[in-house]
Amino acid sequence: MSEPVVVDAKGLSCPQPILETRKALSKIREGTVEVLVDTVTSRENVARFARNQGWKVYLEDHGDWHKVILTR
Amino acid sequence: MIGALVFLGCPWRAYLRLAGGDWNAIPGILGLITGIVIGIMFLWKGYNLGRAYEVKKGAGYIMPAVAVVLLVMVILRPTFGAGGTTGPVFFSEKGPGAMYAPFAVALGVGLLVGWLAQRSRFCTVGAIRDLVMLRDPHLFNGVVAFIIMAFVTNFFLGQFNPGFEGQPVAHTNSLWNFMGMVLAGLAFTLAGGCPGRQFIMTGEGDGDSAVFVLGMLTGAGFAHNFSLASSPSGPGAFGPAATMIGILFCLAIGFLMRDKFE
Repeated sequence: MSEPVVVDAKGLSCPQPILETRKALSKIREGTVEVLVDTVTSRENVARFARNQGWKVYLEDHGDWHKVILTR
Repeated sequence: MIGALVFLGCPWRAYLRLAGGDWNAIPGILGLITGIVIGIMFLWKGYNLGRAYEVKKGAGYIMPAVAVVLLVMVILRPTFGAGGTTGPVFFSEKGPGAMYAPFAVALGVGLLVGWLAQRSRFCTVGAIRDLVMLRDPHLFNGVVAFIIMAFVTNFFLGQFNPGFEGQPVAHTNSLWNFMGMVLAGLAFTLAGGCPGRQFIMTGEGDGDSAVFVLGMLTGAGFAHNFSLASSPSGPGAFGPAATMIGILFCLAIGFLMRDKFE
């Protein structure tokens, strides 16, 4: 399995994290994308966006930041 | 803020005015949507304000502390002025600014609305942005529920008065109701959220939103002191000119703050 694509969206405000995620997802058909965010709002927004696009979503809590893992 | 005061209301109030039968809100809401769509075009072109960085925790407590101090001022109504009867806090004596709900009701409803808005991430600008940009109706459903509940409440309390004329704190100039909200919608989209949402994020310790809230206070001060704000008789003397300058300013920000490496 290839290395996951990492999108660092920490510190970006609405709707930048989704736009960055969208850009990353549009480049690959399948695989793993890890999106790093630092607010619950961004975590929920990215997760909901990816689910709507047909990706599986896993969440990892790292204290003051979150990792949203998207696979397909 | 100047745009909102030319229309006479923030997006929340635009939807509440609609739910109360004030049809002057319709050009305002159409203007809001237009402004948001212009903002979305900048977002597609790579507009962003850059990354926020973590700061010391204390910074996040500044605005909540200011809010608590203001609350204490309202309760104590301190009078240090001449003869011990006036100031430093002055209260409006006439006009809409002098009308308010009972203290306990206002505080209780405010706390409840703040809690609900924080949990739901309710945002009137994000609602239209996400719907148009991402075909995601999540936040938009919240706005629809908001309008329906306000309409039902108004209807049962006999406060639904459909029409254009004689609406509370509103004027009937459709052009400037529209243009004022084009400016508001564009500014709020570039800032990442509607005024209500910015207040909530300020309470979460977001320093960018705190600056936004201070900007709104400043804008309101300008609007009310320099004849920019509208009144029920129509737009203020310099409101239309200020709106056009505001739109040009926001367009300049939208064009200049783009990522060149998209």
